[in-house]
Amino acid sequence: MSRMLLAEFATGEALLGAARQSKQRDLRVIDAFTPVPVDGLAELIGATPTRIRLVMFIGGITVAALFYLLEWYSAVVNYPVNSGGRPLHSWLPFILPPFATGIFGAALVGLISLFLTAGLPRLHDPLFAVEGFERVTQDRFVLVFERPEAAQHDEAARAWLTAIGAARVCEMKT
Amino acid sequence: MTAAELDRSDALRWTLPSGRSYEAVNRLVSAPLIERAAWSWRAWWIAFAVSLTFTVIFLIAVAWLFVSGIGIWGVDSTIVWGYAIANYVWWIGIGNAGTLISAMLLLMRQHWRASINRFAEAMTIFAASIAGLFPIMHLGRPLYFYWLTPYPNTMTAWPQWRSALIWDFWAILSYLLFSIIFWYVGLIPDLATLRDRARSRGGQRFYGALALGWRGSARDWHVYHVYQLTMASLAVPLVVSLHSVVGLDFAASLMPGWQETIFPPYFVVGAMYSGFALVVVLAALVRGGFGLQALITPAHFDVMAKILLAASIIMGLSYATEWFSAWYGGGRVDRDLVAYLFTGAYAPLYYAQLFCNVVLPQTFWFPIVRRSIPAVFLIAIAINIGMWLERILIIWMTLSHGFLPSMWRLFQSTIWDWLTMFGSLGLFATMYLIFVRLVPAVSMHEVKKDVIDQEVSA
Repeated sequence: MSRMLLAEFATGEALLGAARQSKQRDLRVIDAFTPVPVDGLAELIGATPTRIRLVMFIGGITVAALFYLLEWYSAVVNYPVNSGGRPLHSWLPFILPPFATGIFGAALVGLISLFLTAGLPRLHDPLFAVEGFERVTQDRFVLVFERPEAAQHDEAARAWLTAIGAARVCEMKT
Repeated sequence: MTAAELDRSDALRWTLPSGRSYEAVNRLVSAPLIERAAWSWRAWWIAFAVSLTFTVIFLIAVAWLFVSGIGIWGVDSTIVWGYAIANYVWWIGIGNAGTLISAMLLLMRQHWRASINRFAEAMTIFAASIAGLFPIMHLGRPLYFYWLTPYPNTMTAWPQWRSALIWDFWAILSYLLFSIIFWYVGLIPDLATLRDRARSRGGQRFYGALALGWRGSARDWHVYHVYQLTMASLAVPLVVSLHSVVGLDFAASLMPGWQETIFPPYFVVGAMYSGFALVVVLAALVRGGFGLQALITPAHFDVMAKILLAASIIMGLSYATEWFSAWYGGGRVDRDLVAYLFTGAYAPLYYAQLFCNVVLPQTFWFPIVRRSIPAVFLIAIAINIGMWLERILIIWMTLSHGFLPSMWRLFQSTIWDWLTMFGSLGLFATMYLIFVRLVPAVSMHEVKKDVIDQEVSA
């Protein structure tokens, strides 16, 4: 992978503006790191729309269906008990446990999906070694570009970033 | 604008000027955790010692219960449920409010919730865990509680899916695990902040491991945000179904005063009510204990008091509906029970319940009461006492005054009833104190996004 150029901003709006304008300057944005979610940033840096809701829906429905199947099998097939003449397949009271466990199932599947997409748990990342990167989780907004190959383009990019308000511009080799 | 007017307008904002920047939020919330030397923990140690004492009392009471059986409690063959079930309903009710604040207020875009949702969610987890212990303690043969789960066994027996006890088990278990996930995912970005602010090697390792390598990438934030919103939408039906099931424990019976269709919604509102009252109490304690006056302001107490007021009116309406339906239904036993509520041996407790839950919160109509933190704090404590009385009286009234007059008895509390109850409060306080010492009690990333950004642009 090529080298990266990191530009640090004080606010989310400044970072968003820089990311928008960089498209006209042939600078490719790789990623952005922020202390809080910035609305519209993910789309701007080319993130694919997330399918986590669909995954959670399928996971939840599956868990609920399996639980209901277990209830039906145990109460109708494997261990039928005539309790006051009630039907063996009493679907109304049977709904409550699958409902609760299905919601938990959706949450768990969503958690696994979130961890997989975000790459968690992550033991180390080269970015953690960049000086000042620790402020990304506190109050700084960092935009990461692919660093231009030619030296004069690199200089121009740095000058432009400083001009539009980047507090600091630095590079990182990977 | 005069200085006094400026003060007034500031008092009703969600932050004070001293907390109105990202760095101020970081500093205020994380300083007690990572700059321990510069922070006095003496009050914490005193509170911890007291609550640990009560936890030991709880453990002794439970150990003696397991040795001797539930005969050590005041329950008998008439009043078969006692403190254990009342404590269970009370604790699980408190365990609902964290989700109310995190989920319902999030979906309704009430941004101020960001300042209080973290410690409310922690309250939910600890209260729901304690609630889950009481039905097991009440089983009589608690060592067989795992028979509630379906598993291949040599008896070839299965759980009875039509039983409210089984619904309870799955509802509590799902809710507790769900709440832990919701809470921990909310913590991850804040743990990363602490990892990056910690100066000691131990702190960096501890928070670094818990933060799971969170970087705050825009791609991750996007998925994270969608996941949190989806979890909030799922939490609302889950929490409503959980407490409806608790209501069904009573309503699925045939007893006067229990077999009422109003019970599930009435229990849900009661749960939100007592839980929200405890959130107010904890908000005052966290605010004072950690010096977070800049982030938790009288404005928060003002809106929380309004929610308590609304809930108290719904509670009053529910009580009135019970009386009305007993009269309108015309059943002799039901009408006798309502007369017993107001004139029987437990009547003073019933009047205390009505006073704490319905009458006293009406003072929240006055802004001066809502904006006084000591007043809201004291009324919230009274509401929690009133809600506990409601839970125990629902059990005592009906079981003491059932269908068969020759079986009428009064409940005689024993020392073990009281020790178990106050011990469970100690257990809650102990877990809560450990929580505030280890992880940020206020959600830094949500306060920055939902409160600071709004306040600065306003």
